Amino acid sequence: MARNRSKTEKKTKITLKEMKKQSFLLIVSFFVVVYGVIFYYWPLTGWIMAFQNYKPKTGLLGSKFVGMDKFKFLFGDPVFIRVIRNTLAMGVLTLITTTIMAIVFAIILNEVRLTWIKKPIQTVSYLPHFLSWIVVTGILHDSLSSTGIVNDILLRFGIIDQAINFFAFPKYFWPIVAFANCWKETGWNAIIYLAAITAIDPALYEAASIDGADRFQKIRYITLPGIKSTFMILLLINVGNVLNAGFEVQYLLGNGLVQSVSQTIDIYVLKWGISQNDYSLGTAAGLFKSAVSILLIVIANAIARKYSEQRLF
Amino acid sequence: MDEKHYRVKQPASDVIFEIIVVLFLAVFIVITLYPVINTVVLSFNDGIDAVRGKIYLWPRKFSMKNYKTVFAMQNIWVGAKITVARTVIATLTSLFVNALLAFVVSRKNFMFKSQLSLFWVITMYVNGGMIPVFLLYKNLGLTGTFNVYWIPGMISAFNMLVMRTYMEGIPESLEESAQLDGAGYWTIFKDIISPLCKPVYATIALFIAVWQWNSWFDAMLYNRMKTEYTTLQYELMKLLSSVMQQSGSAENAKNGAATITPVTIRAAATVVTMLPIICLYPFLQRYFVTGLTIGGVKE
Repeated sequence: MARNRSKTEKKTKITLKEMKKQSFLLIVSFFVVVYGVIFYYWPLTGWIMAFQNYKPKTGLLGSKFVGMDKFKFLFGDPVFIRVIRNTLAMGVLTLITTTIMAIVFAIILNEVRLTWIKKPIQTVSYLPHFLSWIVVTGILHDSLSSTGIVNDILLRFGIIDQAINFFAFPKYFWPIVAFANCWKETGWNAIIYLAAITAIDPALYEAASIDGADRFQKIRYITLPGIKSTFMILLLINVGNVLNAGFEVQYLLGNGLVQSVSQTIDIYVLKWGISQNDYSLGTAAGLFKSAVSILLIVIANAIARKYSEQRLF
Repeated sequence: MDEKHYRVKQPASDVIFEIIVVLFLAVFIVITLYPVINTVVLSFNDGIDAVRGKIYLWPRKFSMKNYKTVFAMQNIWVGAKITVARTVIATLTSLFVNALLAFVVSRKNFMFKSQLSLFWVITMYVNGGMIPVFLLYKNLGLTGTFNVYWIPGMISAFNMLVMRTYMEGIPESLEESAQLDGAGYWTIFKDIISPLCKPVYATIALFIAVWQWNSWFDAMLYNRMKTEYTTLQYELMKLLSSVMQQSGSAENAKNGAATITPVTIRAAATVVTMLPIICLYPFLQRYFVTGLTIGGVKE
């Protein structure tokens, strides 16, 4: 999150007297640091496995080092290359569609002046955010099934002659994933944009009305510039998560026929690491994902620093 | 400028705009609500009758049999019990620990303030990944136990940062006057800061509770063999996934129709898992909206 760096803070000197005074804070710190080391920092040592032929019997210290062999295998595996493509494609597609939907929804909802209409709509819009992916994919699956509502409507209006099995064709899979994410998160993501729109000075809109601007122009020249900084911060946060967003939906909605477009890095890790017990290969794939994520954050941050005031760190 | 005069001046394109607003919101609400309503309706319809399809907003042949079937499943009861237990335990412990940590890092004169914050911020961006974490839990003896649901995720840097931001907004003078009265940090946390943090505590508690209620992957990954620690969502997933796999792959089709759970029973199980959330969230929404806008973005 964008932090204000100019904050001046007086440094407290570390003295015995001060330590005694802050003993409660120090004891709490000690325990949470121990906890953090065990659960967040210790697993990082597991990255060594990516360069080993790890066997649970011999452990991290006794297993044989194989250098970059696991990575060579990964990048020689056409499945892994496809998995990277799928993860990136679905991550980017989802990020773009959910962002656009959230902004459009926030702007349109903001135009509703009547509170008794606006409030219920907003309440309904968060509902899907609180449902689990199991429930959401289950509902989506039924809606898109051959007897589901989507096929029903398409047939009724004569757009298609016979029901389409949406989950049997790779070409439908990415749009379905993007739609699922929009359905679940639009209302929730819009909360932040609505807050940003509310913060825009109403005098700007009044001035624009006097100048004869219509509502399209007011959105184009006042609302959109007004939410630009919020948009930038959220983009920065989400760019680093592009590769992390590819698991639950794909795992739950994927099937044998669409495997070539549905498998993501996390599913690959699960398949090789947990199901096939090749811990080293799974770790190598996971390490690659982490490295790319960090790289994406750093690049996005650098670009943001160059072109605008916003930055993460 | 009076209202009437203002209206006259409105450009004609604003009429088009209003039509777009109404249409968009109408479509949005229908797309959001219809699938949920339809699932509830299906859960009250007779199973064999539902195969014919074309059930929309009201059951065609009313039946409570689906719910009887779902409630007769032993696993659903076990899953419900474990899900309630993990939601309650994890929410209480995680809220307390995160609040305490946020309190520590928000003390202006704490000597390791910035170092401790950085220690946790790093965990948001760097993590070991699925396999090293899996092996760690295995070595710690957490896999195959109930503890795997609440111990590993107890501290979350994001939740902590939201609370820290909120606490930093509380005037320092309150703490100073309490210190003059001889209050220690624990007393300040318990009696001065925490009562003022109720809104943000409610927000974070809600986040944790929803997250816990909806978790299924940890049950699958760490407790697949331990049916006594199954969760509601994981049981629902098992019911649903047999059908999902079926829709595409021919190889799964040979498993036969016997393994497919009828759509109405799946609907009933779905309603059972989402009901508590649907009933509760409208009343809690004011907390998460304020919490999200105050803590998350203002920073």
